[in-house]
Amino acid sequence: MNITDELIGYISDLSRLYLSDEEKEKAKGDLSDVLSYIDKLNELDTKGMPEMSHPFEAVNCFREDVVTNGDDRENLLANAPESKGSYYKVFKTVE
Amino acid sequence: MKIRELTALELGAKIKAGEVSCRQAVEAYLDAIEKKDGAINAYITVMRDEALARADEVQAKIDAGEYADSPLAGVPVAIKDNMCTKDVLTSAASKILSNFKPPYDATVIEKLNAAGAIIIGKVNMDEFAMGGSTETSFYGATGNPWDVKRVPGGSSGGSAAAVAAGMAPYSLGSDTGGSIRQPAAFTGLTGIKPTYGAVSRYGLLAYASSLDQIGPVAHDVKDAAAILALISGHDSKDSTSIIEEAFDFTDSIVEASDFDADGKCSKIAGMKIGIPANYFGEGLDTEIAASIKEAAKALEAAGAIVEEFEMPIVDYAVPAYYIVACAEASSNLSRYDGIKYGHRTKNASDLVETYYKSRSEGFGAEVKRRIRLGSFVLSSGYFDAYYKKALQVRGLIKKAFDEAYEKYDMILSPVSPTVAYEIGGQIEDPIAMYMADIYTVSINLAGLPAVSVPCGFASNGMPIGMQFIGDSFREDKLVKMASAYQAITDYHKSRPAIFADEA
Repeated sequence: MNITDELIGYISDLSRLYLSDEEKEKAKGDLSDVLSYIDKLNELDTKGMPEMSHPFEAVNCFREDVVTNGDDRENLLANAPESKGSYYKVFKTVE
Repeated sequence: MKIRELTALELGAKIKAGEVSCRQAVEAYLDAIEKKDGAINAYITVMRDEALARADEVQAKIDAGEYADSPLAGVPVAIKDNMCTKDVLTSAASKILSNFKPPYDATVIEKLNAAGAIIIGKVNMDEFAMGGSTETSFYGATGNPWDVKRVPGGSSGGSAAAVAAGMAPYSLGSDTGGSIRQPAAFTGLTGIKPTYGAVSRYGLLAYASSLDQIGPVAHDVKDAAAILALISGHDSKDSTSIIEEAFDFTDSIVEASDFDADGKCSKIAGMKIGIPANYFGEGLDTEIAASIKEAAKALEAAGAIVEEFEMPIVDYAVPAYYIVACAEASSNLSRYDGIKYGHRTKNASDLVETYYKSRSEGFGAEVKRRIRLGSFVLSSGYFDAYYKKALQVRGLIKKAFDEAYEKYDMILSPVSPTVAYEIGGQIEDPIAMYMADIYTVSINLAGLPAVSVPCGFASNGMPIGMQFIGDSFREDKLVKMASAYQAITDYHKSRPAIFADEA
């Protein structure tokens, strides 16, 4: 599959990753190589086969809703790159 | 008696008997780390002060009669750096988490602590567990203790190298596509990838949530089984930990005394091992093929029934795996955005640029490659052709295993097509790197358990491993067969020169 500048740009935006011009060419080549390899799957007829997204079928594992954690704000904020008072600090997001 | 020559269980027994103190055990390993890790680079963080303080705490409890049912109380352990340890750096070997100190312990860490284990450090890995060589780590490559110019495998390469070099008696790794079994094979160790749902993933930094499992890396099956029993069991914090009770392998361990004078072992007599003949064709190192065939003969001589069969679906496992794993990774790793923890760029002028630049600066090349592939296969227009197709192939793979287990108790296969290769040997060619996972990834796609054990040495001196693959939650059968194998072989007792080296 031919990876255009537009497609690699779109994927990079979905991924929230920048690519330098040099990285972009390499990324196009890498993705193209991997996709041609992956195309091997088309040798298999999977029409009507179920999609296995998980190793087992268990659904809805209910449990009692018990509060186990206390106020942990200071510990959580200790890892924040920037915080102010009891908040995470980020750039202004609304004008 | 040298402390570091003991297995983890042997050391635990000596500690209980009062022949070795917890502090002596910890000091022996800290000393080994100091002397050897300069050449190996297995550790990202050595928890010297914490471990020594903890040793005294555990010793006091043992002296007071606690931990009576904990065979590993007082025994040091190294933890892969993708499992959260409260207030201790947990980096996933990535720049983006190079300042992250979790506010909580992973469930496996809580379980180890409750059993009196002493964590001595956090060990190296491929960044976010993406790789098979531990070369993609932000903290540099790790050397293989059997030849430091070679890779220890990956992604749990630090876990394997630490144990193989005698810098930890055992460790925990994680396995998403072979990341416990392949490093164990590359370093002459025993590793278990448990059934999906056997061990809680709470506190494991997620790579691919439907594939990841935590498991042990150890010197032998007895140790590995004891560790797995300790960390397994349901956890209300992980709804996919569907196992109801922790494993108990007490009756599954086979000893040399279980063999009669003719070399027969009643505990494995009649157990059926299937060998996929097509796994042994082109692409597999001939020395590895020969070692595994020899192991199969030894088990046959002991009473197991060995048959060949065909499992052609394995040819499709690697492409299906990379689609599923990368799709899940692209979603899981979207949380690393520089806002609440981890690396934040200093060069952004708005919020969106903060995301882009923090991620672009924080992730390494292989992680970015996989995030992009994952974003692509999940994007509208390509979802059906790639992601949906891969999930269907995943179902076909599971079906092929289910059919095999109607006939066999377990499957015996290679772990890796080659022995440990030289650092820098593969990393520039992603397809070659991905293809090397051919024997391991199908097990994760199907959610099955597998035990990797050493079964020989190549002419270049590198260890060879093989794996027993079982049906879901039948780890007991694997432990039985693998411990029977280790009862009649000595490969797991070999140590590299650096292990004994006191220099």
